[in-house]
Amino acid sequence: MSLATLLLLADGRLPSGGHAHSAGLEAQVTAGRVRSVADLDGFLRGKLATGGLVSAAFAAAACADATRWADLDAGLDARTPSPALRRASRAQGRALLRAGRAMWPVAGVGREPHQPVALGALAAAAGLSPGQAAVAAAHGAITGPASAAVRLLGLDPYRVHALLARLAPECDRIAEVAASRSGDAVDRLPASGAPLLDIGAEYHATWEVRLFAS
Amino acid sequence: MKAKARVVAEVDGHGRTRLAVLRGESPLLLRRTGRHTAEGVTVHLVGGAAGPLRGDELRLDVEVGPGARLEVLSVAAQLALPGRPAPASRLTVTADVAAGGALRWIPEPLIAAAGCDHVVVTRVAVEAGGSLLWRDDLVCGRHGEVCGDVLADTLVRYGGTTLHRHELAVGPRAPGWDGPAVLGAGRAIGTLLTAGPDAVTPGSAGPAVALMPLAGPGMLATAVGADIREVRAALDPLCAAGHVEGGRSRPPREITVRPPRLSARRGCR
Repeated sequence: MSLATLLLLADGRLPSGGHAHSAGLEAQVTAGRVRSVADLDGFLRGKLATGGLVSAAFAAAACADATRWADLDAGLDARTPSPALRRASRAQGRALLRAGRAMWPVAGVGREPHQPVALGALAAAAGLSPGQAAVAAAHGAITGPASAAVRLLGLDPYRVHALLARLAPECDRIAEVAASRSGDAVDRLPASGAPLLDIGAEYHATWEVRLFAS
Repeated sequence: MKAKARVVAEVDGHGRTRLAVLRGESPLLLRRTGRHTAEGVTVHLVGGAAGPLRGDELRLDVEVGPGARLEVLSVAAQLALPGRPAPASRLTVTADVAAGGALRWIPEPLIAAAGCDHVVVTRVAVEAGGSLLWRDDLVCGRHGEVCGDVLADTLVRYGGTTLHRHELAVGPRAPGWDGPAVLGAGRAIGTLLTAGPDAVTPGSAGPAVALMPLAGPGMLATAVGADIREVRAALDPLCAAGHVEGGRSRPPREITVRPPRLSARRGCR
């Protein structure tokens, strides 16, 4: 279990197209709900406790057991009512696999799995543990929208990274909870939802002009 | 307080829905309302006591047999209250709908009063060919009040496969629940899930409501509003009978519910 490998997988510079997605932030910025670093703090805490927890648990479960990939993928479908978010998750899963397959040997996960399943499969291929897959997922759930916030709102990048540093312990805690539940039956895995992200994603998908794909 | 309630709807020899079981205990009382019609049977949930309060364990089981049509409504909002120091109050609702059966669940909202600690567990299973309309509204605190802790834990299966799995946590223990990812400044949220042959057709999206075709055979409408009126304005039209019953109109419903007797234990302190 190489720490440097984990850093590679969690690195925002991984060419997996993550920069094209704002994880729902763009819709909330346009709705006027996120204007400042304080608003971003609330957004990221909510994101981490909902989608972050779900992603981390599913990534850990996918990392732990390749025989569950199809069931986990269906479980994410059932947890993602928004078609726009299902498309975004699968697009990111596909892009992540494309980059990851060049780095480590990964097979049998399908062409376009949900992003957390792809992340878990890749983590397993890279020799990482389910707990590490969970950390990478939780970390990605907040660093993606944080970097989008800098671009969308012109927020001070130092202050945004200070916020991420404050959230790091919560990120570890969420990953720990997620990993501890990763052996549960799919219906019992975390399912925390964020209604405004669902609504925002559907609305965002109807815009003709937008900076981010989701 | 522990209470159980159960309603079983089935079809009689004339193809009309009858209630084989209608049983409840305070605070979960069930009353049959309205007339016998071809549209099925309506049952109202009547709160027979204040609450739920911490420590309460409530359970309601709903069963709809093949070809039967049942509608469950409630006479008033449910108000989750703190009560004495005790574990979280819990309401478990299970519903089983057989092939050809139809269940409409449209209760009044749950209100999370300040200091409450309440869990709602919903487990619905619909056989292939059954129809479901499931509405849940939640209001975060009474007027001008902070919100208590509520966890809504929902699992809907259709034709043996999980169609919808969702948890929503609000209140002081839920990180970011009032932030711009979850509810923002909204203090009311409503969801409407329809599944099966009568599912609602998805419509257009707006900044406060989304009508979302699920990955499986169903649709979820979610609305977040400053108050429950905004949520109702978005979701009530979708609950109109014509939307899930193929355009057939319903006769006006007569609601004749006797006011419940409040239990002495729940009187003013």
